[in-house]
Amino acid sequence: MPAAAAMLLLAGCTDNAAAPRSATADGRTLSVQASDAACTLSATSAPSGTLTFTVTNTGSQVTEFYLLAADGLRIVAEVENIGPGITRDLVLSAPAGDYISACKPGMVGDGIRAPFTVTDSGEPVGPGGGDAELVEAATTAYGSYVRDQVDQLLAGTKEFVAAYTAGKDDDARALYAPTRVHWERIEPVAESFGDLDPKMDAREADLAEGEKWTGWHRIEKDLWPQRAKNYTPLTTAQRRTYAEDLLANTQTLWDRTRDLTYTVDAIANGAKGLLDEVATGKVTGEEEYWSRTDLWDFQANVDGARVAWQGLHELLERKDAALDARIATRFAELQALLDRTKSGEGFVPYDTLGKAQVKELSDAVNALSEPLSKMAGAVLS
Amino acid sequence: MTASGLSRRGLIASAGAGAAVALAGAGAMAATGRAQAAADAEPLLHTVPFHGDRQAGITTAAQDRLHFAAFDLLASATRDDLVGLLQDWTAAAARMTQGLGAGPVGPLTGNYDAPPDDTGEAIGLDPANLTITFGFGPTLFRDAAGTDRFGLAGRQPAALTRLPHFPGDALVASASDGDLCVQACSDDPQVAVHAIRNLTRIAFGRAAIRWSQLGFGRTSSTARDQVTPRNLFGFKDGTASLRAEDTAGIDAHVWTAPSGNPGTAWLDGGSYLVARKIAMHIETWDRGSLREQEQIIGRTKAEGAPLSGGGEFTAADFGLAGRGGAPLIDPHSHLAMAHPDRNHGVQLLRRGYNYVDGSNQLGRLSAGLFFIAFVTDPTTHYIPMQTALAANDLLSEYLQHVGSGLWAVPPGVREGQFVGQALFT
Repeated sequence: MPAAAAMLLLAGCTDNAAAPRSATADGRTLSVQASDAACTLSATSAPSGTLTFTVTNTGSQVTEFYLLAADGLRIVAEVENIGPGITRDLVLSAPAGDYISACKPGMVGDGIRAPFTVTDSGEPVGPGGGDAELVEAATTAYGSYVRDQVDQLLAGTKEFVAAYTAGKDDDARALYAPTRVHWERIEPVAESFGDLDPKMDAREADLAEGEKWTGWHRIEKDLWPQRAKNYTPLTTAQRRTYAEDLLANTQTLWDRTRDLTYTVDAIANGAKGLLDEVATGKVTGEEEYWSRTDLWDFQANVDGARVAWQGLHELLERKDAALDARIATRFAELQALLDRTKSGEGFVPYDTLGKAQVKELSDAVNALSEPLSKMAGAVLS
Repeated sequence: MTASGLSRRGLIASAGAGAAVALAGAGAMAATGRAQAAADAEPLLHTVPFHGDRQAGITTAAQDRLHFAAFDLLASATRDDLVGLLQDWTAAAARMTQGLGAGPVGPLTGNYDAPPDDTGEAIGLDPANLTITFGFGPTLFRDAAGTDRFGLAGRQPAALTRLPHFPGDALVASASDGDLCVQACSDDPQVAVHAIRNLTRIAFGRAAIRWSQLGFGRTSSTARDQVTPRNLFGFKDGTASLRAEDTAGIDAHVWTAPSGNPGTAWLDGGSYLVARKIAMHIETWDRGSLREQEQIIGRTKAEGAPLSGGGEFTAADFGLAGRGGAPLIDPHSHLAMAHPDRNHGVQLLRRGYNYVDGSNQLGRLSAGLFFIAFVTDPTTHYIPMQTALAANDLLSEYLQHVGSGLWAVPPGVREGQFVGQALFT
């Protein structure tokens, strides 16, 4: 192989391996050497557009890198928690203007600051920072949504456990799926409480040997024991125990979500997480093994993800309109498929779906999940 | 509740300590990767050019590993989606075959809050002669109901139709057909899988995998200096396959001739890819005597020499008889049945691989040959031969064709173009 070709190929390899990069030809990729005592940038200016600061912590303390507005107060973009020896990229869209760069070794004080200039490249640049109002609106709206869903979950659960403990099994079966949708719509929030989730939403197979099984799915099996082998129905006393336990845990969830606040990345990643839930548990028919009401949960997960996206929609549209439009289309396509599985007020049982139908739903979930997984990065850039 | 709930917990919980630990861990791994890559960097990378008159992966010396995937366009996909997908696939394939990441940013850099545009399992790996070859199936032009979904029906070559049912076929839909196919070959299985995985990801929302197949141990040679490998019956396979050095033979038997029809001229200089998943009845074959095995194949197991004598590449003498006047090479042996003399002089460029999909419920190997051939015209170069083989080849007792597909393989891609571009202009 000629030497020149070999060099080219070598360059290719190092790119795939993502070796540290130096400043690029267009001047928009800069390196930052952040030591305990210095903050050395490969350049002190860059043309407006999408900038990448590749920050390497050459010091011995945990460090941070900031790009601040000219007032030295407002944070335009930041990358935190860079351990010694680690390299991390900060990507942002920066309009022309004066800025201040800062490394903060030890994560304390004002940091090692220096002026940084973004020159006008003449290319259009999305809004960088300055979206505080949209962020505030999105996070406030999402908090209200979660509270409302947990309100309804608590009210529904009361009704459900009352019917169940009274032995009104038909009523309990009718209430099961419509109540659980309020859980499924906010599942990532509910799951963020690591102690509550296993008590309330564990499936039998999730448990380790000897662990006690409680919560929704324990009661589900008792109400729909048809697929169980040699099943012994719960006694009235046992029913009361499980019902009271579920209600108490739901009350705890209600208490904890009253003042809970959310960040935009939590909302965006929560939307992605809901679709992950659909992909791993619902479209495969694993979530509601006994009742076969998986499609109710499917719809609820999609509802929750849609609400999260709608809250961020304005912000996302300003950052990446094409991504926002793609998400809108894919939500509509997935919903059209789900609508075909509706039956009365609810959905057909999972086991009535044909293989081709499951594949079609799974493809639509993949189609939506892929752009949705990019939402957090886009709204935070 | 699922195991993946853990990561969401880290992201969303108000307590951030767990997340901080997780992030630091990820960073440390990245740093290790970078250091490792720098330490391992050597100036010798094995790459095959992506751009050229022909697609790579046809006459390219057969690599040792395969990941083959068939895709279907989604019901919602439009012509623009199809074109966009082919553009995006072309860009990604051009990058990956040269040892770059699937996307321009790479597996370890870019927006920390966004998923990387390359999945990362090829970091630090030599592309190991990775080639990525694309094909268009009959259903891209007219779907099963005859609908012209993408305005391409007028561009469908006459030979691009579903292969007919051959005697003994037991085809399953999960190993057959597809609107598009991608053949990824490399000497490193992880590199081939990385290619299909990233192309699949790029396709989400436009096309989805219909089925895919892993293969190992190339079962044919496409260059003269390659030793003829053995298939899972233990015999040298593909001794008579066309080699890249035989340019006249390649021109006659592999590349499509100019169609003289403006509608189908997009395929001029391309080829057809025939894929057949051929299950082997391994356990019963292994109980056959060496005499029976050699009689069925028509060659010696040791050298691969025709039973009429000589070495592996000695021409077979079908007239040579032994005691009692019986020909040394059984006229129904695989060698005889597949020989060009019995098939109007037709030769195949074979590029198949062995496969083992674990074992079945009876404890038998789910194994066989994933047959791939590139031919100038399936109606002259595959269908007649397979019709005869299926009916009379002694070997067919030990084979069952379970998967099938035919795709038109457009010619090569020039810089700045995308694969199959001429089909859309």
